[in-house]
Amino acid sequence: FFTERVFGRSCPEGLRYVSPCRYVLYVSGDFVKVYSVNTEEILRLLGGHADLVTGIQLNPQNHMQLYSCSLDGTIKLWDFMDGIPIKTFTVGTKLLALYTLASAEDSVFVVIPKKGERDTFQLVSVELTKGIGQDLEGKELSVVLDDVGASMKHIAFGREGTYVVSVKDVNLQVYFFKRKLLNRFSLSTVKTKGDNRFSCVVCHPKEDCIATGHADGKIRLWRNFHHKKEYTYSTLHWHHDIVMDLAFSVEGTRLLSGGVESVLVQWHNESSCQKDFLPRLGSPIEYISMSSDGVLCCTLHTDNRLSIINSNLRFSRSIQGLIKSRDVKTGLVVDPRTKALVLNGEPGHLQFYSLQSDQQLFSLDIVQRQYIHQAGLKQSDLVKVAFSARGTWLATVEESEEVTDPELQLKLWLYNEEIQSFELNTRINTPHDNHITDLCFRDMDELGEDSLILVTTGRDCVFKVWVMVEDTDPEGNWSCDFVGSYHNYQATNCCFSEDGSLLAISFEETVTVWDSLTWDLKCTFCHPPGNIRNICFGRLTCSKYLIGATDYGFLCCWNLLTCALEWSAHLNVVVLQPDPLSEHIAAVSWLSKESSLFVFKPSEPRPVYIQRNLCKEKIRLAAFVPRDEPENTEKYLWLRKSQLFFLTDTQELMTLSTKSLEERLTPSSKQLAVEESLPVTPFSLLLGKHRHQQAQEDTDLGKLVVHNKQEQASPAVKELLHTPAHVLPSASFLCTIFINSLLISKENKSAEEVADEVEMESEKAEDDSDEEDVTAMEQEDTSHMELLGEMTCKLSKSQEKELQKIRKMDYSWLSAL
Amino acid sequence: MTRCRCARRLSSRQARFRHRRPQRVPCARAHPPFPSLSAEPRRARPRAPCLMAAYKPLVVQACPKLGERITQDTLYWRGYKTPVQIKEFGAVNKIDFSPVPPYNYAVSASSRIHIYGRFSQEPIKTFSRFWGAAYCATYRDDGRLLAAGSEIGRVCLLDVSGKAPLRQFEGHTKPVHLVGFLSDKYRIFSGSDDYSSNLWDIPSATEIISYSEHTDYVRCGCASKVNADVFITGSYDHTVKLFDARTKSSVMTIEHGHPVESVLLFPSGGLLVSAGGRYVKVWDVLKGGQLLVSLKNHHKTVTCLCLNSSGQRLLSGSLDRHVKIYSTTSYKVVHSFNYATSILSLALSPEDETIVVGMTNGVLNVKHRKPEEKSENSQKKRQPAYKTYVKGRSYMPKQDDFCVSKPVKRVLRKYDKLLRSFQSSKALDAVMEPPIMLHTPEVTVAVMQELHRRGTLRSALAGRDEKQVNLLLTFVARRVIEPRFTPVLVTVADMITDIYQPVVGQSEIVDRQFLKLQQAIGKEIDYQEELLEVLGMMDTLFATFTKKRDTCLQENKNNGVTEIIATNRKY
Repeated sequence: FFTERVFGRSCPEGLRYVSPCRYVLYVSGDFVKVYSVNTEEILRLLGGHADLVTGIQLNPQNHMQLYSCSLDGTIKLWDFMDGIPIKTFTVGTKLLALYTLASAEDSVFVVIPKKGERDTFQLVSVELTKGIGQDLEGKELSVVLDDVGASMKHIAFGREGTYVVSVKDVNLQVYFFKRKLLNRFSLSTVKTKGDNRFSCVVCHPKEDCIATGHADGKIRLWRNFHHKKEYTYSTLHWHHDIVMDLAFSVEGTRLLSGGVESVLVQWHNESSCQKDFLPRLGSPIEYISMSSDGVLCCTLHTDNRLSIINSNLRFSRSIQGLIKSRDVKTGLVVDPRTKALVLNGEPGHLQFYSLQSDQQLFSLDIVQRQYIHQAGLKQSDLVKVAFSARGTWLATVEESEEVTDPELQLKLWLYNEEIQSFELNTRINTPHDNHITDLCFRDMDELGEDSLILVTTGRDCVFKVWVMVEDTDPEGNWSCDFVGSYHNYQATNCCFSEDGSLLAISFEETVTVWDSLTWDLKCTFCHPPGNIRNICFGRLTCSKYLIGATDYGFLCCWNLLTCALEWSAHLNVVVLQPDPLSEHIAAVSWLSKESSLFVFKPSEPRPVYIQRNLCKEKIRLAAFVPRDEPENTEKYLWLRKSQLFFLTDTQELMTLSTKSLEERLTPSSKQLAVEESLPVTPFSLLLGKHRHQQAQEDTDLGKLVVHNKQEQASPAVKELLHTPAHVLPSASFLCTIFINSLLISKENKSAEEVADEVEMESEKAEDDSDEEDVTAMEQEDTSHMELLGEMTCKLSKSQEKELQKIRKMDYSWLSAL
Repeated sequence: MTRCRCARRLSSRQARFRHRRPQRVPCARAHPPFPSLSAEPRRARPRAPCLMAAYKPLVVQACPKLGERITQDTLYWRGYKTPVQIKEFGAVNKIDFSPVPPYNYAVSASSRIHIYGRFSQEPIKTFSRFWGAAYCATYRDDGRLLAAGSEIGRVCLLDVSGKAPLRQFEGHTKPVHLVGFLSDKYRIFSGSDDYSSNLWDIPSATEIISYSEHTDYVRCGCASKVNADVFITGSYDHTVKLFDARTKSSVMTIEHGHPVESVLLFPSGGLLVSAGGRYVKVWDVLKGGQLLVSLKNHHKTVTCLCLNSSGQRLLSGSLDRHVKIYSTTSYKVVHSFNYATSILSLALSPEDETIVVGMTNGVLNVKHRKPEEKSENSQKKRQPAYKTYVKGRSYMPKQDDFCVSKPVKRVLRKYDKLLRSFQSSKALDAVMEPPIMLHTPEVTVAVMQELHRRGTLRSALAGRDEKQVNLLLTFVARRVIEPRFTPVLVTVADMITDIYQPVVGQSEIVDRQFLKLQQAIGKEIDYQEELLEVLGMMDTLFATFTKKRDTCLQENKNNGVTEIIATNRKY
């Protein structure tokens, strides 16, 4: 079976930070990720929730434990160091946020939707029963506050849990637990010019003070809120847009705030004149979290990145996976050199994302301009990227967002071995008069350096051929060599054949094929109605075919030798992606709100592989990434040399694989945990070795256990469980059969009567015992240092089995005599 | 308005903050290496460089300069002083440098031969008794004798220190345009308009042999430096003939294809250069006169050839007023000189100290090389002591040493500092200073563009006094027609007119500038219209040239040519 796995889910819900300055816990989709602060590596992946995780909190009693709540209605208690779920409490309704209190030992607070009403939520406390076993029910719900905000940022617990604050729109409510008093305050909406809704709230850890952030960029500090009338508040104003999150330092002397400006502001002593800034953090700040010892602070940014900041407001390091950009315009491109996925990263940057390590390798600044986080500005961003075949040249196109007069720039970058990076070689201003729709390189090994050609197609109805001009410069510059057009149609796609001799360019409804030596028009194809959406040439044995997909849902295959349509299929193809290492071409269709995948060879109209309902979202882009070593999947030949990755509309990166994500992640993370958590001493080395062995033994044992279970599931029990209840005989009759079936099979085998009758079974048993032997041998191999006693014990076991065999043999002898 | 105020706050705060925070090391190597995926991928993890990066300075778009590229050659050949012009009596047909110091040179023009010293502008000596025009005064290898031809068909042998001719060789019936010494110093060869070329013996003043193989005027020639018996003549019958004095007829005939104006043998004697028509051709003599390369870099007849002292460069002068300098290895033009009128003769002194060029209007153009000592002196003064360079650099850190790298201080330009702190108006002020506006207009335009991107250009332009508006308008009116600045400056001009429309008529200076701007734009529009007309004409021309082939395709080709021109202009 193929399983889909989400790689970099880009909708983080929150993060919490752990005291010993070692771990960052980070919610990513259905998982909670544990990162090490020192190495920036992912240590653990806590997976088990069936839906989005909405909140995580450390257990106030034990800081090595973590509570998490999810939309699937469960609260889980984890040991995040080892990645083990300790307990699961089922609540039953959707849980939207989670809070814990040190004073309330056995209960947590969650936000749930109010029954019977839409879009209203309430804060309830859940009693966590102290039962034995893993799955428990947290049933006793008692409502604390009504009508609260759904976001985690809208509720905060005050000093030592004496009161709870909730904000929603322009209302602030404070509930005092001891006095059972509820105070409501609201801001007037009429007087103020801006939008002064609450966006977040935090409480001072030592004093009775509440800090609230507002949508107009103000921060209000509330005091004296015990009294309904005589409350006071002071205002801090620096942000020009919404305050996304606030955080108090441990002592409460410093307040951190962040917002769209991507500047972290530190306010001292709650006064507006004393403040420090940490500017240019890269992208808008969404969450701020302080470590419990106050040494580090962590900010979560909208582009799926964590920044770790020292207490003296110095940037320390960042943890980043796949950076979520506003829009992936470049498409998914594979860097031939590193096999990394290349796509839009931060604004104006190109990110190189390593799939093996789920990390950003590298971010290349393409636009080279200071990015200003301000709404309403016409930013220029990267729209197209192409690599030459060996990755020595990189071509990028950037344009500003203006529709009428896009500031177009075509840049050509040359890879510099010395500095191990791309260097700008040529910049061409306004290469086309209108938007560039596609670009591709021709770069063949056989033809030498002269073969390097870049083709760009534009909406100004021309395609241009760029070549390198060898001047006195050793590297040479690029300039335009040829401009072609076809009946003044907009050029939409371009593609070189595998040997580089032909260039296919689609002009609206028509595909034109050009000779790349003389730039003569060779032939044209079209399949009206509908514009051509995608084109690509077949590869290897199928290089005589040209594939095209049209807007009106046709997939066509033309034969270039006969210049005729070979076959066509009715399919609304969104993405057409050829595999660079094989003949296969993947087409993703979008029909009736589901995406389906078809893999086919151009020579045959029948697809090799079909996966319907790949995912519910529309797939925008796809890419084949070559594998380092070919995988041995006999069933799926087309996945042997490369792996297929998709990017959906919501910027989730997905892949098709035969293995599950955990399998791939565990070995490395386990090893790392051992390495990381211990200082290197001879003892630790010894311990590490021991642990390693144990782990191996564990897995071996696990296999055995599974094996046994399979054996035990005898046909009788299966029948019992699978037959409908109304056909079954009475329970008293079944009881004996059932109990008999539960008896250990060894006895069955050793029982002399059975052995004679069922030869087949005995053979099987023999096989099984053989297998067991093998595993036993393996165990011997791995554990050299085991005690002698155990060895002898095992030997005796195997001897016993041999004896059994001899016994069986004897029977046949006897009967013959 | 809120945004504006906040921006200003941000700026002042950041300004203060800058003092507290030590400068980060700039991303000189902006991008860390790719990790080697094979070996220890986890350890060799690079850090994203752009994060928390320091302020990115404004990128000023530098346009590549059109025209000649600066190479070693251009530097070398530019190293001459402004030329000295000497007026002769008629067209200068030959200039010859004496091979011995002090490198005087003989100039044949009209009926006289003048000998000039190296720095004199008046002739040291004059020979004038030729009964008509004098041609082709040539020095002997020792620099003591001079041979010249005359219009009446005589060849004269002159002593450089004497007055009257030592010998007169009579035998030609028509003007003698070619005279030269063979390398054994005792024989003279000559070529005449009577199609013959003769060999004379100096001591006895008799004719040794006469070749009449050419079928037209013999106008040029030279002697081999390696073999004392070999000389070459070029004629208007399109051929170059190689003669050996020991044989009765020519040894080799090379077909140049045009009337030969000048021939030259390389010092090695293996390569022959001939000039005629618009072509300069190089022949391999040792391979039996095989054409090595044909150069067509002049657009009028090439009249003279010359090698520089090292033999690495070949110079050719032409009626198209240019002297081109070729490399003798690649035969590409490495430099060229431009003169006022058509060039007839050309000579280069030993060590390339002087270039003398003779024109058709009788002007002699003399260029001397600049002395080079000056620059050395000034460099010596500027260099700090060697100590300052090596101070502390030689220390090798030991194993236990903890290395602290010194933070590199990053220098930001003034406008960058202001842009960093969002002070738009001040940033614009900073680039409106006259030196920046005059010499680096691209900086001013880049800042304007950046302000436009940030949406603060209008507020930066507004609220200026008469003087500043005047400055701005002068700049815009002057630069708006430059293609690289046009897109930005058009928006700037728009905004200025919008903002200052209400005050038009209050200041005479500003009004005048507005009028100037209007004129500049009007002129540019006319110019562009003309260009479009030319393009249209060219398109029709191309279309008629290539009618035979598929029309649709050819249309594309035409577009191609014009587009290339257009894109070139965009640079």
